[in-house]
Amino acid sequence: MTDTGASTQSIVEERLMPHPPEKVWRALTQPALIAQWLMQNDFKPEVGHRFTFRAKPQPGWTGVTNCEVKIVEPLRRLVYTWGDGTESDSGLQTVVTWTLAPEAGGTRVRMEQSGFRPQDEAAYRGASYGWRRLVAELQRVAAELP
Amino acid sequence: MNKPMRASAETLLFKTLADPTRRALFERLSREGELTVGALTRRAGVSQPAVSQHLEALRQAGLVRNRREGRTAHYRVTPRGLAPLTNWLALYSVFWRQRFDQLEKLLKEMDQ
Repeated sequence: MTDTGASTQSIVEERLMPHPPEKVWRALTQPALIAQWLMQNDFKPEVGHRFTFRAKPQPGWTGVTNCEVKIVEPLRRLVYTWGDGTESDSGLQTVVTWTLAPEAGGTRVRMEQSGFRPQDEAAYRGASYGWRRLVAELQRVAAELP
Repeated sequence: MNKPMRASAETLLFKTLADPTRRALFERLSREGELTVGALTRRAGVSQPAVSQHLEALRQAGLVRNRREGRTAHYRVTPRGLAPLTNWLALYSVFWRQRFDQLEKLLKEMDQ
């Protein structure tokens, strides 16, 4: 997690994958392939295309994530909005940026999800009582998440 | 760090869900929708008065609500009940780590 601005935070996940960028790009942009590792979707790699990711509904969340494609630079960069604020009680609105960089031995794959507000992580602060018991549950829910 | 009201709402939720029987009742209601106290008791492993007491605790924490039909009480999950506990940064950190694992697995399979 890194700070990206005065008031929002982001999550970064980055890995070197032993595959060429062409192949990683296909997995990131073809709906049938996206469904195999991320979620059911109606994605198209076209700027302005609105699409959804679909998962099982949870209390407080519809199971749907509304998205819009913002940037498509084949084999290099893909940006879409993630959440329009209507899907969950908390009104989460974030942006997901994928960056691919060829490297010896494969492709460096970087995902940044930005735009988390302070209240999006506030829940566990100050609640020192018993939250560890809920972490396992949290991970179970996360597996089926947005 | 938090406003006192918010902190106490969280504490109440944590305390309420820390009880495994109560959490099981809440999870069943989340999965199955509206259920009667009788239906909940059949698989709860505790007596009906105990189930009613747990349901009342869940209701006071804002996690479930009830309606009466004659002598029968029906319970369902409150949509916003868990909202104060949603730590999106924590959830998405776990989420993306898992999805990256799955992406790597898929890329390997695409070779074959």
